[in-house]
Amino acid sequence: MDQILVQTLHGLVNGMVLAMVASGLTLIFGIMDIVNFAHGDLLMLGAFVGASVLGVTGNYWLALLGAALVIAALGAVLQVTTLRPLIGRDPLTTILATFGISLVIQKYALWQWGPSVRRISEPVPGDFTLFHLQYPWYRIATAVLAGLILGGLWLFLKYGKYGIWIRATTQDRVMAQAMGIPVPLVYTAVFAIGSAMAAASGVLFGPFAGVTQTMGFDFTLRAFIVVVVGGMGNLGGSILASIFVSLLESYAAIVVSPAQAVIVSFVVLVLTMLFRPTGLFVPTPK
Amino acid sequence: MLVLEKVDAHYGKSHVLHGVSIEVRSGEVVGLLGRNGVGKTTTLKTIMGMARRTGGRITFEGRDLHGVPPHGLAGLGIAWVPEERRIFRLLTVLENLRTGLDRAGMTPERREALLEKVYTYFPILKERRNQAGGTLSGGEQQMLAIARAMMLEPKIILLDEPTEGLMPRMVAQIQEIVHALHRDGVAILLVEQNVPLTLDAAGRVYIMEKGAVRHHASSAELRADQRVIHEYLGV
Repeated sequence: MDQILVQTLHGLVNGMVLAMVASGLTLIFGIMDIVNFAHGDLLMLGAFVGASVLGVTGNYWLALLGAALVIAALGAVLQVTTLRPLIGRDPLTTILATFGISLVIQKYALWQWGPSVRRISEPVPGDFTLFHLQYPWYRIATAVLAGLILGGLWLFLKYGKYGIWIRATTQDRVMAQAMGIPVPLVYTAVFAIGSAMAAASGVLFGPFAGVTQTMGFDFTLRAFIVVVVGGMGNLGGSILASIFVSLLESYAAIVVSPAQAVIVSFVVLVLTMLFRPTGLFVPTPK
Repeated sequence: MLVLEKVDAHYGKSHVLHGVSIEVRSGEVVGLLGRNGVGKTTTLKTIMGMARRTGGRITFEGRDLHGVPPHGLAGLGIAWVPEERRIFRLLTVLENLRTGLDRAGMTPERREALLEKVYTYFPILKERRNQAGGTLSGGEQQMLAIARAMMLEPKIILLDEPTEGLMPRMVAQIQEIVHALHRDGVAILLVEQNVPLTLDAAGRVYIMEKGAVRHHASSAELRADQRVIHEYLGV
């Protein structure tokens, strides 16, 4: 019983971080029909930038903000220089382009920071005792912060002028253009926002396991799974799917080793593709 | 104001418009009649930069539209109400209107005034303002599409088959709106299959066949001599 509670907490915390990663991916897919294979690498780069800012300033919150801003700017530049020219081409070309970006970022990180693991120290120190287990406060703080950031994103999309532009463009880009919405600019902005979300999750996740130049791929894969399970391009669905899959993995880790528990998410992915290809958390289309 | 000179357009490899020349003067309602598939909708889409123009010239208030990005047309004063209505289905009615309302240079007072004006034309939209666009009936969606275009305070509205598939009561209401817009000095290029409505609303009418304009006359002339209508529209 204790174990189930602990694993529930664990699953929720991991789910919130994953939800942040997936939110960027799903936002970009929803509006541009691009599966951004460099998403995890932007996360990794964000984590490195965060670690560097932390090293210089010693301020975790500055590191979080700095990483988000730097990677947002990088995302905007990447979108304008490599993805914008490919709009209207075969989707395969954009997949290959983002894959190329992913490799470039990885090699850059290797060259710049080397293969060793960098640490981001926990901004919220201390543990609390949950039954007989020490649970770090930082993990709780991470989940809360991720929830706040996602909530902020939701409010922005729901009520902001630019949020309405983004949602209108997602639904019908041709009509959005006819209404005077500068769609190319909206694309770039969404790519920047998605990149910033990735970078912020990188800094949030940094204290959990350390920062390495290979951490990106794992996140791309996991985020991709929950984006598909939640329904491609559906923000709420991705968030629910992140929590759902992370909880399942946590519970599975009670029975099998954590490394094997990852299989659960693949099983969920395959079952979703077979029985609900439009996503688990979307009403069945009529 | 809006001038098409010998415009050619292609969809992929098929040549769909052959030297179409049409002129709409400021504040004028002009009808574009023709059977299904003769290029009426394509003509509007070519103006909006959505079909590939391969020849000729389109100017608006003397300015060549070539090179104006699709999102720049709204700013020039050109609004489009497409045949399929293209409501943002997951956005509420008010959010649909906001896509045209949240422009640079709009003061809160002007926004309020514009919304109120549209709500007096379409009271049902005020009632349903927090409802998702996709949940509206066909007629209500048509009203929303027109109201959304009005949010841009356009000089001209390209109105594509606004009465298609609507109940007679709704058709009458749309007709009323077209008159009201005309009184407000908004020019309209009206694509229709409904001949009586077009002859009633428009001062001049172009008749298209096989991607080209075959006939051009005032509505009064066409009402007096129905042979042309019979010949091109078979009604």
